[in-house]
Amino acid sequence: MAALLSPFMTIAANRIVAGESVMAWHVASPAETLPGVAAVVLGLLFGIPSGRQDLRLCGALLGLCGILWLLMQGAPALLDSAAGDYARVSPAMGFWCLLLILTLMMADALTQMAPGPIARAGLLAAVLCSLALILWSGALAPLSILQEYAGRRAQFADAVLRHLALAFGSLATAAVIGFPLGIVCYRRAQLRGSVLPVLSLLQTIPSLAMFGLMIPILGWVGDNMPGAQAIGIAGIGFAPAFLALVLYSLLPVVGNTVAGLASAPAAARDAARGMGMTPTQRLLRIELPLGLPVILTGLRIVLVQNIGLAVIAGLIGGGGLGTFVFQGLNQTATDLILLGALPTVALALTSAIVMDILVELAQPIPKDSP
Amino acid sequence: MNVGLILRPLLVLLLLALVLRPEWFTPIFAPLAPPGAPTIYARSSLLSLSLSHLGLVAAATFAATIVAVSLAIFVTRPAGAAFKPLSRTIANMGQTFPPVAVLALAVPALGFGSGPTLVALFLYGLLPIFENSVTALTTLPPATMDAARGIGLNRWQRLLRVELPLAFPVMLTGIRLSVVIALGTATIGSTVAARTLGEVIIAGLLTNNTAFVLQGGLIVGLFAVLIYDALIQLETFLARRTGA
Repeated sequence: MAALLSPFMTIAANRIVAGESVMAWHVASPAETLPGVAAVVLGLLFGIPSGRQDLRLCGALLGLCGILWLLMQGAPALLDSAAGDYARVSPAMGFWCLLLILTLMMADALTQMAPGPIARAGLLAAVLCSLALILWSGALAPLSILQEYAGRRAQFADAVLRHLALAFGSLATAAVIGFPLGIVCYRRAQLRGSVLPVLSLLQTIPSLAMFGLMIPILGWVGDNMPGAQAIGIAGIGFAPAFLALVLYSLLPVVGNTVAGLASAPAAARDAARGMGMTPTQRLLRIELPLGLPVILTGLRIVLVQNIGLAVIAGLIGGGGLGTFVFQGLNQTATDLILLGALPTVALALTSAIVMDILVELAQPIPKDSP
Repeated sequence: MNVGLILRPLLVLLLLALVLRPEWFTPIFAPLAPPGAPTIYARSSLLSLSLSHLGLVAAATFAATIVAVSLAIFVTRPAGAAFKPLSRTIANMGQTFPPVAVLALAVPALGFGSGPTLVALFLYGLLPIFENSVTALTTLPPATMDAARGIGLNRWQRLLRVELPLAFPVMLTGIRLSVVIALGTATIGSTVAARTLGEVIIAGLLTNNTAFVLQGGLIVGLFAVLIYDALIQLETFLARRTGA
């Protein structure tokens, strides 16, 4: 309730100065705001009592539609009312709080309803499609964050691609190195005892320090190894960021590969040995399939972690969405920070959900079967 | 093990020297600094930056531990059981938020300086501690709980004398995770004008002075590794003492 009573949007004369707060029912003419406010109130009323989960889900969705409606009505109306070409409209505390409450309500209802993996995938696709549709339709275009975007369309696409290349590229590289290393570690307890502690120490090093330490190392390699500069290895830019991310990814990949392979029940392993399978056959046909969920969980950790860490690449010239975050911080331009941070959060959440679905699909025996 | 015995004091000495007597390292760092630029960071003392860095982390972790453990105790009692699924959802979703994003989003809400960094460290630190505490409190051996009930301990006595001591090692793992994340996030905190060791690295990046970057990176990295190692040692010691 308090969230509803705090300012919903702000309007400012330009992108730097602090804005003036506007309450939810004042963002546009009463006739336009009423349906939105009503939907939010109804949504909260349905959603807060935790009796029936389907009702809560509907309430959350209704409320989300309500705040979106208010945003779409409010943005152009406020912009028209303001003087000056540089006026900026942005969502304020009230909007963010309501968004958080309603999303949590939805997530909670969904957790308790526990839909199957296919249903969850469908739901995720529906949410992403509607989000894309709303952004593409231009109904929110007057909002300041989208104005920042409009000024940097090409840069933004570039940054997103760079970000994905950093996150997924380092994941793939770490997998290529990590799987064999994990399998070897699983076979040799002695090696495991020395490799895993070293990898966990690597993971402990703060990200900025790790990225920083890569600079002199790769700078030296770039200067002293013939051909290294030709393939883009240099002290700053993509290479040090990429290498730092790979190093961070090794622990979850190797650790979970070892744990996954070890998770095959002893009975299954004995049976395989009894059938006369060679160690390689046992690995490929028993231990890997049974350990797949744990191994995939490791990849999930890496992916979510790398999407977040790739932001720091922005500081060492590695590109990615972090460029906007740190530019925004330097210019105290909130919208620019959000333009970098919100897509990062969305990417991390989406990949976490997708990986969770994959982990569940990889489960050899459904959990609820007797 | 033996490697640790030799390496640990050496690394501690190296860290102390880097923080207290940075000028000793001038010959090593000199080739990395651009011509004419200073080799050793002198804009503010490394000791005061270190203390401010560790202070931020300690304050945030301390507050996060108290709040997270109280919340975990609350949701594992009958009175708070209704909030358990919701709180787990929040903890799960929250941990997919990148720490940098939490920091960046704290700035529009709270402005620049140590304040938003502290809040971001606190909020982010809550999650691992909460998750581990709930896990620890819900997976206590049932036989022990029955025995505690059987000898006539009331709820408070059970909590203080049986549940918390048994759950402590797992909680400590959560605290360790949260300290490691906080050390890293505090480093990035200097981009929002918090006084931390990240300042040295950022100054190096901005002026193309690799000597600064290396110096800051080494100090922060050594602090993180040594603190992590100390907490692990504490955990093994406690686990051995409780006989687990």
